[in-house]
Amino acid sequence: MKIHEYQAKELFRQYGITVPEGYPAFSVAEAITAAKKLPGPIRVVKAQIHAGGRGLGGGVKVCKTLEEVEARANDIFGMQLVTHQTGPEGQEVRRLYIEGGADIARELYVSMLLDRETGSVVLMASTEGGMNIEDVAHNTPEKIHKVWIDPSVGLQDFQCRQAAFALGLTGKTVRKAGDFFKKLYKLYIEKDCSLAEINPLVITGDGDVIALDAKVNFDDNALYRHKDIVAFRDVDEEDPRELEAGKYDLNYVHLDGNVGCLVNGAGLAMATMDILKHYGAEPANFLDVGGGATAEKVTAAFRIILGDERVHAIFVNIFGGIMKCDTIAAGVIEAAKQVGIDRPLVVRLEGTNVELGRKMLADSGLPILTGLDMKDGAQKAVAAAKEYAASL
Amino acid sequence: MAVLVDSNTRLLVQGITGSAGGFHTRQCMAYGTNVVAGCTPGKGGQSFSDEGTGKEVPIFDTVRQAVAATQPNATMIFVPPPFAADAIMEAADAGIPLIICITEGIPVADMVRAKTFLANTSSRLIGPNCPGIITPGACKIGIMPGHIHQVGHVGVVSRSGTLTYEAVGQLSARNIGQSTCIGIGGDPVKGTDFIDALSLFNDDPDTHAVIMIGEIGGSAEEEAAAWIAENMKKPVAAFIAGLTAPPGRRMGHAGAIISGGKGTGQGKVAALESNGIAVAPTPGDMAETLLKVWQP
Repeated sequence: MKIHEYQAKELFRQYGITVPEGYPAFSVAEAITAAKKLPGPIRVVKAQIHAGGRGLGGGVKVCKTLEEVEARANDIFGMQLVTHQTGPEGQEVRRLYIEGGADIARELYVSMLLDRETGSVVLMASTEGGMNIEDVAHNTPEKIHKVWIDPSVGLQDFQCRQAAFALGLTGKTVRKAGDFFKKLYKLYIEKDCSLAEINPLVITGDGDVIALDAKVNFDDNALYRHKDIVAFRDVDEEDPRELEAGKYDLNYVHLDGNVGCLVNGAGLAMATMDILKHYGAEPANFLDVGGGATAEKVTAAFRIILGDERVHAIFVNIFGGIMKCDTIAAGVIEAAKQVGIDRPLVVRLEGTNVELGRKMLADSGLPILTGLDMKDGAQKAVAAAKEYAASL
Repeated sequence: MAVLVDSNTRLLVQGITGSAGGFHTRQCMAYGTNVVAGCTPGKGGQSFSDEGTGKEVPIFDTVRQAVAATQPNATMIFVPPPFAADAIMEAADAGIPLIICITEGIPVADMVRAKTFLANTSSRLIGPNCPGIITPGACKIGIMPGHIHQVGHVGVVSRSGTLTYEAVGQLSARNIGQSTCIGIGGDPVKGTDFIDALSLFNDDPDTHAVIMIGEIGGSAEEEAAAWIAENMKKPVAAFIAGLTAPPGRRMGHAGAIISGGKGTGQGKVAALESNGIAVAPTPGDMAETLLKVWQP
């Protein structure tokens, strides 16, 4: 789960991590009120969306006067902010964060995340603050210092010193940075984070260490034990189709293609997207109905897939293991009756009770194309989508 | 022979009294797996009845009690996510050599701790978030449909459950059996990984060739590709799922995510191919691809 910068900074304050003074605003009027609370003269208007790259997209503006704050807040509030992470249509800005200016001597980078190879949390520190860390990792990997943290003892002082000296810090700032890293690790562990990234991490003229930006993501599997984090959720930032799918416990990711898919199992669902592409179509979604697909879930899945007008055909690809093919067939028939499937439907069934499932579909009188195997089904779905598009 | 599990396997089931645990325990027993005990804290002294085989399986409060009374050498875990990592550690503490965790949705931090704990024991973990392991005709531990398998000599190792069934289905349709199929699971922090499984298959005289099924996220496939080139004595065919997956989005499995430009399907396919490993062009070609590099 993702949260906004201002929410992450609220968490930072709870953990004693220094951040500039700032206030969230849900309208331009609130932005002006927030700006007046800050001593000034420098104030920063920051768009709050879940995607990164806000500054480059024009969503972060430094202002020297209150009039300027009002003008920039007017510009940014409600804009469709396009960044490298939002896609071309961008994301509407519904929240702002008004923050005081900082005395910036140096801009650094620090993050914590899971290192899958070692199965432990890794602290990454770099002198290249403000840059895209993926580019740094690619072009100058030697500029990223890594510290692997043993979960049984946590982040140690010597590791903090290693990171601080790697960042070129000196004097009292070394200890302050170590204190910062330890607080960040405490937050990371206690709140079940999956990413905590501060870019830039700022060293002030006085040698203080502050988080100028804050990006924190959480492990979805652990949200059940963090009601305070769940309360941060902003559904405006989520795809409405994915929200709807979540209500039915469907694993759905919206994509931009022309063939919708309904599959059991995450791996098979990914592979189904791939095989559609292989035969010349583009997948419109990832959808794993899971092992316990009921007629209700299948119906909801069809409704969500058909709600996307770019979908020109649907490919149902099921390998029934414990889930029986006749159960899926019943779900498809029920869904077709309830939703009214107005686009070509290809169904490929395999596994337990496959003969019964196929017979039920054939006897239903529905215009369902049968995929004999995965390749055959995918090819038929791709052809049907082309035919449907031509008929429009 | 096969690897890890066979007709000598004595299985404990942790979470046997839950609905999924009970259902799949019966399926495993129907397949012929020797289930010797169950464990559910607070239900010790009760028993689990399997109408199919007419067997009564004793239930214990703790794994240590179950081990003392019934000597299991493997355990299958169906404990709900908040308590599953604890169940893994309890099994390792009791000295069970093989731990298969089916549970999906365990917090990553819990698995980080459990993995550290396991490092100081001699137990092997398979999973979590996996279909389990099966040696056809001998022992089924997990949720895979037993009837699609055939006894034979192809080892299968996979991060995905349904794609494993797909591969097995393609093999069995061509009358090619399997030695052992290992589902290593879709989580980012897991026990047995590709190299561990490949190494077992390499040393198993009953396994003649291997299908390896990977997906986006992490770098286990890249590491396996280099390991195969260096060490593997048997033909391997691979498939990678998620070539069309967008970066930054989790594709169902917690571990199936491209982050920071790393873990792309294209990168994995390139790593496999550059190490001379045959990669199936579509998921419908897994068996055919193996047959291009190996004749049964």
